[in-house]
Amino acid sequence: MAKPARPFKPVIATANDLASGAVLFRTAGGAWARAPREAEVAENDQEAAALLAAGERDVAGNKVVDLALIPVEREDGGWRPAELRERIRAAGPTIDLPGQA
Amino acid sequence: MYRYDEFDRGFVAERAAEFRDQVRRRLSGELSEDQFRPLRLMNGLYLQLHAYMLRVAVPYGVLSPRQLRKLAHIARKYDRGYGHFTTRQNIQYNWIQLKDAPDILADLAQVDMHAIQTSGNCIRNVTSDHFAGAAPDEIVDPRAYGEILRQWSSLHPEFSFLPRKFKIAIIGGPHDRAAMRAHDIGIEVKREKGVIGFAVYAGGGLGRTPMPARKLRDFLPEEDLIAYCEAILRVYNLEGRRDNKYKARIKILVHETGEAEFRQLVEDEFAAIDKSLYRIDPAHAARIVAQFAPPPFAVLPARSAIFESARARDAALAAFAARNVAPHRQPGYGILTISLKPVGAPPGDATAGQIEAIADLTETYSFGEARVSHEQNIVLPHVRLDDIPEIFATLQAHDLATPNAGLVTDIIACPGLDYCALANARSIPVAQNIARRFADLDRQRAIGDLKIKISGCINACGHHHVGHIGILGVDRKGEEFYQITLGGSGDENFAIGEIVGRGFAAGEITDAVETIVEAYLRLRESADETFLSAYRRLGATPFKEALYATEPA
Repeated sequence: MAKPARPFKPVIATANDLASGAVLFRTAGGAWARAPREAEVAENDQEAAALLAAGERDVAGNKVVDLALIPVEREDGGWRPAELRERIRAAGPTIDLPGQA
Repeated sequence: MYRYDEFDRGFVAERAAEFRDQVRRRLSGELSEDQFRPLRLMNGLYLQLHAYMLRVAVPYGVLSPRQLRKLAHIARKYDRGYGHFTTRQNIQYNWIQLKDAPDILADLAQVDMHAIQTSGNCIRNVTSDHFAGAAPDEIVDPRAYGEILRQWSSLHPEFSFLPRKFKIAIIGGPHDRAAMRAHDIGIEVKREKGVIGFAVYAGGGLGRTPMPARKLRDFLPEEDLIAYCEAILRVYNLEGRRDNKYKARIKILVHETGEAEFRQLVEDEFAAIDKSLYRIDPAHAARIVAQFAPPPFAVLPARSAIFESARARDAALAAFAARNVAPHRQPGYGILTISLKPVGAPPGDATAGQIEAIADLTETYSFGEARVSHEQNIVLPHVRLDDIPEIFATLQAHDLATPNAGLVTDIIACPGLDYCALANARSIPVAQNIARRFADLDRQRAIGDLKIKISGCINACGHHHVGHIGILGVDRKGEEFYQITLGGSGDENFAIGEIVGRGFAAGEITDAVETIVEAYLRLRESADETFLSAYRRLGATPFKEALYATEPA
């Protein structure tokens, strides 16, 4: 028996900059931004597929590597990555870095 | 210490130049990521959570002042001003840019260093006792054999595509400071009636299925070291599983085959090997051994009046000496541990300035030699007791004088979810919170020897299975959650810790550790009974009762 369709979770596209390794998020304008709040949010399957295809073109174009769609959730009128891992990935380590405490 | 010859130097320089060309082709788009990934991993360059990470090999943990200064330079120029010393005696940089990697490898090559075989399914950097050549209980300095193993395993054509990564540790005495039995191959160098030989173990490992290595030979003749390791690797390379990443390590092969049968397979392979091909040319071996000759120690009285009067005057120095200075085989000398675990800081991290300070101390006071320990500290192996007050003052000036070696705040922790792409939970904040809870030095000293080890995922880089108290971070429905194991030990009384019961949320784990420690303090027979001894006498029950007593039945 087919499982009932789960409600679609909104996603954004993330990857790392090829040359620097920096964590990036794809914007609606096709640029790659450092802040997940600037990312284009795909709110259904068709939009997610289009976002993934656009990201894959940037991978093929050697702009970014390690492309992934990650779920986001609403926060303060915007969106933030839903998973702790992705929030840490976006914001950096949760600790003071040595020499910067 | 070992100095590169022309062959080593040419090989490393050539490899750095190759990688420069590979990076150029990747950045220009000539190479795709799928083509490039194995090439960068062969040079220790990972893509981690936030950036590229470069893992630099430190063979058997030995570093010279020149190398330390170059590591500091790399931290400052290409990273964010610090590096992370790992449980495999290596150093990692967390914020590397791909475009800089060729320059970094070229810088490393200038000081006879590289990042080759710090990733991938090959024989990784050989680790050893950080007190090698200095400890009074040492029978034979294991580093020369570590170097021979390094030369044999570097770019070994037959063992470049093993089922999984392969780690070798070598020690030179009955006291194991290198967690030798947690390794794929563990070697103890021995001397019997003046003759050198090796106890050889295989099939140890931590990770998802922790196993102690089993002893295959009690006294392998010296000349057969490489042939026997070759035989073990061949059996593993042919018979090890390649269908499941989590069952691909040699520990699974030994476990599934059975110890006796595995030993027979190795012995059969060994018997078939033309050993003459693997015997080390005696002149070459002598050259290597000579490079690890003891430094020119001065003849000194065992007791240093300067040191004794300084520690009598200065309580901070006395506290430091009590924990961070170990006896040396040479009268008048000590082995000094520089703790990279100041309370509240990430375990194993050091800033460029600290690394340079350590380089200067190494040069001035320790015959130009420092060691990285698998416990993520730095060791100055050969310091005069007379010099310790001066060294201590310099360490204090660089926030490197934490007097906690082997105490409850000297915690091993992997980078965890703050840095690592594989992690399920954070490790560093857990270590920081525990260290802050036990910050009071009198309390730490009252507790005594206690090793806490923390991993942020089942791969166990933080060696949690062999922690007296081990902590494993897991993901439970999107929340960080921590399992506790008790009674593990990585030394000669090797044991895998036992899971004590249900895990704890991030907000509960510090309290849980404190509950265990308080239970130990109540239950121990005397202050001389260490946590591990008490646990072995009492078993898990009283600790479980203390942890879970308040829960409804």
